[in-house]
Order: sequence, then C-alpha cells, then structure tokens
Amino acid sequence: MGMTLSEKILAAHCGKDQVSPGELIEARVDFVFGNDITAPLAIQAFRRAGGRKVFDPQRIGLIPDHFVPNKDVTSATRVQEMRSFAQEMELPYFFEVGRMGIEHALLPEQGLVLPGDVVIGGDSHTCTYGALGAFATGVGSTDLGAAFLTGQVWFRVPESIKIVYRGRLGPWVVGKDVVLYTIGRIGVDGARYKALEFCGEVIESLPMDQRFTISNMAIEAGAKVGLIAPDQITKQYVKERAKRSYRFYEPDPDAAYEKVLEWDLSDLEPQVACPPSPGKVKPVGQLGEVTIDQVVIGSCTNGRLDDLRLAARILEGRKVHPRVRCIVIPATPKVYAQALEEGLLRIFTEAEAAVSTPTCGPCLGGYMGILAAGERAVSTTNRNFVGRMGHPESEVYLASPAVAAASAVLGRIAHPDEVLS
Amino acid sequence: MKLRGRAWKFGDDIDTDAILPAKYLNLADPGELARHCMEGADPEFVAKIQPGDLIVAGDNFGCGSSREHAPIAIKHAGLAGVIAASFARIFYRNAFNMGLPIVECPEAAEGIGQGDEVELDLETGLIINHSKGATYRARPTPEFMQRLLQAGGLIPYLQQKMREEN
Ligand code: SF4
Repeated sequence: MGMTLSEKILAAHCGKDQVSPGELIEARVDFVFGNDITAPLAIQAFRRAGGRKVFDPQRIGLIPDHFVPNKDVTSATRVQEMRSFAQEMELPYFFEVGRMGIEHALLPEQGLVLPGDVVIGGDSHTCTYGALGAFATGVGSTDLGAAFLTGQVWFRVPESIKIVYRGRLGPWVVGKDVVLYTIGRIGVDGARYKALEFCGEVIESLPMDQRFTISNMAIEAGAKVGLIAPDQITKQYVKERAKRSYRFYEPDPDAAYEKVLEWDLSDLEPQVACPPSPGKVKPVGQLGEVTIDQVVIGSCTNGRLDDLRLAARILEGRKVHPRVRCIVIPATPKVYAQALEEGLLRIFTEAEAAVSTPTCGPCLGGYMGILAAGERAVSTTNRNFVGRMGHPESEVYLASPAVAAASAVLGRIAHPDEVLS
Repeated sequence: MKLRGRAWKFGDDIDTDAILPAKYLNLADPGELARHCMEGADPEFVAKIQPGDLIVAGDNFGCGSSREHAPIAIKHAGLAGVIAASFARIFYRNAFNMGLPIVECPEAAEGIGQGDEVELDLETGLIINHSKGATYRARPTPEFMQRLLQAGGLIPYLQQKMREEN
C-alpha cells in the first residue's frame, strides 16, 4: 500500500520499506536543536544520561532567541550555559546575538534544515520546516537531550490528514489567512497528533515564505507536523542555501489518509483569530469596530522578507495611528539586512513604527512590547491565549502582516482595502 | 517482556489530575508520588493494589497536562503497565520515556472486567484474559522499545548504552 509524505520520510529514516500509523519506530534525525528555554534543560538531560560527546556537532543547533539580547540576568545565565556547552562540544551552530535570528526562520534560511529531513527541536513550532517537505516536530527537553547524544528519536507514526486548497487567493489574502481559516474550520484539536499534508493550486502558487507561515501554525490545529511536498519553488529556495545533501519525497498516489478535506479559497477574505484562541477565526469584515493599542509584525510565523514587504506596501507614506505603538521585528539578521537594502526599514521608521533586532520578544510576552491590563494588540504571531503577550486582561488578535499594518494605520482592526485599494 | 496481574478498571478520559492530583506536583521522590497514584479517581486505590497489577482503561487515558509525574506515580506504585483503548499522546510519550509499559487495545479495554487476571506479552502484542478465557491482539512493542522499558526509561536506557560502549 502507498505511503503518505510523513510515512515516506519516516520509513526512510528507520531503515524500513514501509511504516504505518500507530507503529513505533526509532528514527535517525538529520538536525536537532533547542532554544534558550529548552536547550539548558536538554543539556542537563544529556549529562544525566552520561553524555560526554554529541552524536554529530554539525547536526546540532543552539539558538538563543526568546529572551535575547538577554533581557535580564536569568536569561543571560541560560545563554551562558548554552554557550559553554557549544564550546565544550565544539558546536558550530550556536548563534550569538548579531547572527542569531528566530530559530524557525533562521534554520531554513541557513540551509541547516532541508527537504526530506527528520528534524526535532525543543520548540512546538518546529513543525515550520514541514514547508520544505521535512518531517519536523517539537519534543520535550528529555527527548532533545537524548537526541543530542544518540542522533535518534522514537516516534509513533501519526495518521495523516490531507487538505487540498483549490482556487486562487484574492488580493491581500496570504498564507496566514489560509492557515487561520484552516484552524478555524478544523479547530485547535482538529489534527491532534496527526500529520497534516497541505496541497492544491493555492499551495503550489505560494512562495516559500508564505508556505512557512502555513506549516508553522499546523501545531495550532494540534498537528504533530504540517507538510508540503517539495516542488520547483522549494528547489529554488534550498539550492543555494543547503549545507548538506537533501532529498525530495512525495506522497504515493494510493497513500491512505484518515481524511481528505478539499476547499476552494477563491472567495477567502483576510482572516483574524480573536482572543483567546487561534481557533476563534472570523473574516476581518465581520469583526466590527475593535480599537487597538499595539501592533506587532514579526515572529517565526510572519517575520520573513515577504511579510515585511507586504506590511511596507501599506505603511509606505503613512503614519501609525497616534494612539498605537507598532513594533516591527525582522526574524533574522539576513531579513533585516535585506529589508534595509530594499528601503523597508526606512518606510517603517518614517511611519513611526519601531524596528527591533531579531528576537521572539513580545510573541510570548517575554519583553520588547508587553501589554498592560485592558490593552489590545493585533499581532502576526501564532498564539493569542490569555495573557500570551502580557497582562491576563490584555487581548491579542492574530492576523496577516497586511491586516496588522492596516490596523496600525487606522488604530482599529482593519481590512487592507480600507487603507489602500 | 511479559506482564501478568489483576486488572483495575477505569473509564474514558482519565486525566492527569485523576492519576496524580496537581497538589502533589511539588513532590519529587517517586516513592512519595506513588502513594497518591490514581487518588483523583479512587482515593483508596494504592491500598488495594498488589505489585504487578495492571490498569485497564477506556479512551484518552492520561489526557490533561504534560506532567511526567503521572506515569512515574503509576510505575512506582508497583503497577506493571496500562492497557487502554487509547492514550493521550503526551502521556504516551512520557510513559515510555519514564519506563512504564503501555499498550493500546480497544478490544481488551472493552472485554476485560474488574479483577480479571490478565497477561500481556509485549513482544507479540497478545493479551490473555485468564479469568474469562478470552484473548485480544494489540500491536507488538518493537524490540528497541522493550529494551528501553526494561532499562527503566529513556535516560537509564542511555546510561546503560553509554556504559556498554565504554
Ligand atoms: S516567535 Fe513566538 S512562537 Fe515563534 S519561536 Fe519565538 S516565541 Fe515561539
């Protein structure tokens, strides 16, 4: 019987011709990484297990990005632990401030995670690399520490759900809207521990940056991974970045899916997820008057170049509403440099938005834009749980960079058409 | 790897608060955690069980929080393992990593009654209900997972591997 994309990749990584959902396998991992929250605990697990040498220094990443540049002494201490582990184990991929970006934007950009890989990371949004056709998923720190040592991880092969997106996206409708709509339809539990496979004309037409956005939020529907089969666009993206060899897998035509969903997105409007759940999704036009205090454009969901370009199209020659703070965070130093070169950062600063060095910062309520009680934000990030960006009585609406930028200008949640048609 | 003992039956959606109430999360010693095993579902549970007994439950066993304390409490209370119709996935991962054998088998979860004498062979996936003379089939547990369980979980398994290599 045929295999889904996930099954194909997993089978190839455990030396079997065939795997099926429910089966326990021990897979070889191609890349394993942690951040300033999870890596220090993984290092402890590694030591508890008696580890003295990592399985392969070239395949380990340590990316301090959540509270970095260090926001306080505790954060500095965690990063210090990572730094000394990196020195001791001679790990080339420890990223110091200035070279550091948000992990899920940085690793694909650096060609460290690649099509056909099995990747595990100490972060739930590790599923982002599904966009490259990699089986990538988040694990706990014990599993992470064990994988530092062995280069292996055990999995239960997940069931797969295929989602086929038909039609053509309208103006101002982007990958973020596709994924928000999807979570709204299937719910935050809709793909619990399953593999999602995204395909159809809509996906085929999207650039890599927007595909990353879609796979990034697979976890918000509960999925273990969210995969896209690699194509020409993927090839274009990886060919000049890849630091090692890679492989394109595709699902078999007779693969068995638990469910196949097919939607036409031609009439899709920009979408917004209302607090406090990424599943409370509505078309932006149905929100009514929602005034806002802050806008954040950035994160592993929407801090890439395409996202900044989109926001800049709306902010160019305009000003952020006087009542609103707008924070723009390019996800990596490369994105930052490119945005500088293209004049995007100038557009943002002239619009009176603040531009930050790469960091997760406000996305998880870390620092760099915390909300006070009663404040409301529109954010291009991926989670809007109670208190996610600050005070438990603050609120976060999730949207695309276009909706976020339009909202920044008008001081309320707005359709980009209201600013620029 | 074979397990044999009496079955203690529970229903669907037994969450981590039933397995180990949150107020005990500040305990770190496995033995102390074990004294409160399943207290949220049956306060007398620990007094009634014998070493080697098994929990048999319905769907979604272990749902709720990601605490590793839950499988630790079950294991250190002396229970041999859990058979359920299905498990919550984080519990599933934690159970193996903490060295607690668990097996999914809806037929066994349905057919086994309170107090039945049950035998489970992880290698073949065969479950025998000696009290009722019935058998059920679960997926076999692969050899590497049995070794991990025998070692007592992921970290001890690696410690053992490290020692063998040196
Ligand atoms: S940007 Fe937000 S969601 Fe992404 S890795 Fe950082 S904290 Fe997590």
